[in-house]
Amino acid sequence: MSKKIGDVILDLQNISLRFGGVKALTDISFNVRQHEIRAIIGPNGAGKSSMLNVINGVYHPQEGKIFWHGQERKRMEPHMAAQQNIARTFQNIALFKGMSVLDNIMTGRITKMKANFIEHALWFGRAKNEELEHRKKVEEVIDFLEIQHIRKTPVGRLPYGLQKRVELGRALAAEPSMLLLDEPMAGMNVEEKQDMCRFILDVNDQFGTTIVLIEHDMGVVMDISDRVVVLDYGKKIGDGVPEEVKNNEDVIKAYLGAGH
Amino acid sequence: MNFFLEVLIGGLLSGVMYALVALGFVMIYKASGVFNFAQGAMVYLAALSVVGCMEKGAPLWLAIILAFAIMTVFGIATEKFVLRKLVNQPPIALFMATIGLAFFIEGVAPMIFGSEPRALELGIVDEPIPWILDNWNMVISKFDLVAAGVAAVLVATLALFFQYTRIGRALRAVADDHQAALSIGIPLQHIWAIVWGVAGFVALVAGMMWGARNGVQFALTFTALKALPVLILGGFTSVPGAIVGGLIIGASEKLAEIYIPPVMQDLFGGNFGGIEGWFPYVLALLFLLVRPEGLFGEKHIDRV
Amino acid sequence: MLYREAGQFKTTYAADQQLFPIRQDRIGVITLLLVAFFAVPLLASEYWFSAILIPFLIFALAALGLNILTGYAGQLSLGSAAFMAVGAYAAYNFQLRIEGIPILVSFALAGLTAAGVGILFGLPTLRIKGFYLAVATLAAQFFIVWCLTKFPWLSNNSSSGVISTQQLIFFGHELKTPVEKYLLVLSIVVVMALAAKNMVRSTTGRAWMAVRDMDVAASVIGIKLMPTKLLAFAVSSFYCGVAGAMYAFCYLGSVEPDGFSLEMSFKILFMIIIGGVGSIMGSFLGAAFILLLPIFLDIALPFFADLFGLPFSSATVSHIQITVFGALIMFFLIVEPHGLARLWQIAKEKLRLWPFPH
Repeated sequence: MSKKIGDVILDLQNISLRFGGVKALTDISFNVRQHEIRAIIGPNGAGKSSMLNVINGVYHPQEGKIFWHGQERKRMEPHMAAQQNIARTFQNIALFKGMSVLDNIMTGRITKMKANFIEHALWFGRAKNEELEHRKKVEEVIDFLEIQHIRKTPVGRLPYGLQKRVELGRALAAEPSMLLLDEPMAGMNVEEKQDMCRFILDVNDQFGTTIVLIEHDMGVVMDISDRVVVLDYGKKIGDGVPEEVKNNEDVIKAYLGAGH
Repeated sequence: MNFFLEVLIGGLLSGVMYALVALGFVMIYKASGVFNFAQGAMVYLAALSVVGCMEKGAPLWLAIILAFAIMTVFGIATEKFVLRKLVNQPPIALFMATIGLAFFIEGVAPMIFGSEPRALELGIVDEPIPWILDNWNMVISKFDLVAAGVAAVLVATLALFFQYTRIGRALRAVADDHQAALSIGIPLQHIWAIVWGVAGFVALVAGMMWGARNGVQFALTFTALKALPVLILGGFTSVPGAIVGGLIIGASEKLAEIYIPPVMQDLFGGNFGGIEGWFPYVLALLFLLVRPEGLFGEKHIDRV
Repeated sequence: MLYREAGQFKTTYAADQQLFPIRQDRIGVITLLLVAFFAVPLLASEYWFSAILIPFLIFALAALGLNILTGYAGQLSLGSAAFMAVGAYAAYNFQLRIEGIPILVSFALAGLTAAGVGILFGLPTLRIKGFYLAVATLAAQFFIVWCLTKFPWLSNNSSSGVISTQQLIFFGHELKTPVEKYLLVLSIVVVMALAAKNMVRSTTGRAWMAVRDMDVAASVIGIKLMPTKLLAFAVSSFYCGVAGAMYAFCYLGSVEPDGFSLEMSFKILFMIIIGGVGSIMGSFLGAAFILLLPIFLDIALPFFADLFGLPFSSATVSHIQITVFGALIMFFLIVEPHGLARLWQIAKEKLRLWPFPH
């Protein structure tokens, strides 16, 4: 079964990012095509999370241009990225610990809710209908991720693997066209990883969502991604399909050390 | 011009007094990340201990030693019974606990030592220095100068303590990263007890200075509130910052009090007195908007 | 055993989202409201209305306002009393200067005025958080009280800013007796509490809690931080403003700026700490606790003093009160950070099984 991979929807050109004297990213260029699964890999500290943060506007690069659907993006703020249908998960879980699973995932739908606070206070008409309509959508996500049994549990009480799944749920609830996943399988055991892989592939398959994924597990990366970008010390050292990248000498050196 | 200098110097000197209280905050915050709202109450407790002991017949030097003992015991008890239990709660909870602690002290201390205002005689009189008065026609209090001197000595001592002693280094390590400090074997709880002891000592010095100047009364607890703008200006983690912040707040407060009301009263009418009640806070607020971490503080970076 | 949800299945999302999904809760709340509206006016004495019930409702409303700002939106505020003061003085001025204005409109406008001031002092949240924000709210507390004292126009040129409130004319009928005032206050508080409950369980509330728990993540999923925080300030100040207006009109009758001191702000903060931050019910529990404690101490302490033959003065009572407050704050933060509201929830959990042990 072959997937239809579309045109380039995200184009990053010559991105450089500095924090004071520390160069996080240097002159990075790559693109992402619609419907593909693009992996970003590299040793620790290579700048992968920073790259994701640049894509969704949390960090602002000092140099370089970003083109989203062909249009150049000026300064991007995180909530603007959300409005442009880019959703993401974080390396260290960024769930709202004080709320339940259901509430957390409902917050993912926030850009689609139009009622204002007065309507909420009075709980009639648009406010009430919206709440029910979005609840339905969220329950679909909960179904998909098989977390019905914990929907009312405060997320702070859940084990790590389930929290990661809830975070994915929150991102999915936004019905994004592009999903940025920052080490979605970190800290999981084999079973949990398999589940997560299955979810990611299903999302890509059923909803056609483009996925940009940071991951350390080489097996997973090689298995599920369509193309791979390799970073090391903030620079790009590889870009292509998994087979190519796996045999790239620079990549091997970066991961295993120069002696190999 | 002389009048301006007089107000300015008077303000700077009163700023030193604020800095004395702010130093206690900085100690505790530096070492444990706790913002100790009870510092003002501790100043009150220290001053009360001194006069209380003196009333029972102890000479000044003995009262000071006893007061120091009381403050140390208090510090250790606080760390053991309150702070240790709140270790894994967010900083806001710890802050609110210190508010509770402040109230607790403000209730207990007067019950033990009595609540009528009393004078604290240190032997230094609050009167203008004669030769300045004669030569420049400015009123500058002998007491304020002595207080400034005391503060200078205290700051120097603390700075040396932090930089050059083993315990000082340990305190700095704990302030940077609790986990890391634990992992290299620094006994966290001992350190915190020491920190609160040092803060208690600072509170004692501040208490004696303030008590001698204004009398030992309940209003001393409000010195804590005045120290907050000082900390904002100077940064929560900086000893020199507390001094500089204190000087700026003290000077600007006095200058504002004298020079702003006449101007505003001409423009708007009415009575503009009492501006010093809120001026330091508004100044601090404006400062926060421009430089949130203070003049000497550390910039806080949120890692995502 | 009595308090069991077994058998109460929800078949629609609408049913799941009701305010009180469990039938026993619904019965409990309706009973409480019936008692409050009908039984209490018939049974309680005037002292109870004037000294206990009315201030309880007023402070519960203020605590509700602070809870919205600090408990749900996570913005620590030490200036709630100042916003009450704005509400009180605004209501007074509206009543004074606009001929024939209905009292409810005055209260609403007072709330809006307080909301406006709240937004102003909430603007710094763009750049500051946590303790720093607390200091900014202290600035508000001191500055506002000073303004009310120093600008004679606000208090109709009375000395030192004291104002005596006008009569409460409700649809042509003057509300004079404590029972009437109680019913007015009760109605307003019930309506506003309901509105608050609706807000916090809707998207508005979720946005606030998201900002409280992790604002970077909230921003990433599309929540605009500034409007969300400013809304929290506005709504919270509105509630405190209305509470302040009622404090002046329905409780004291005459107020001065210094009456809305930092001490009162602390009291309201204690109410939500003890009652439960982030809980509507907690605001009520905390207000009841803080208001009843001094009364309890006033009665209990002389009794114990007599029992042990200890000397006693009124100064000692107030010292003990302060000590107990402080000790309770620390106790609750250590033992049950979610306050009485959580203890109540735990009690309900136990009720599910009672009288069986497991």
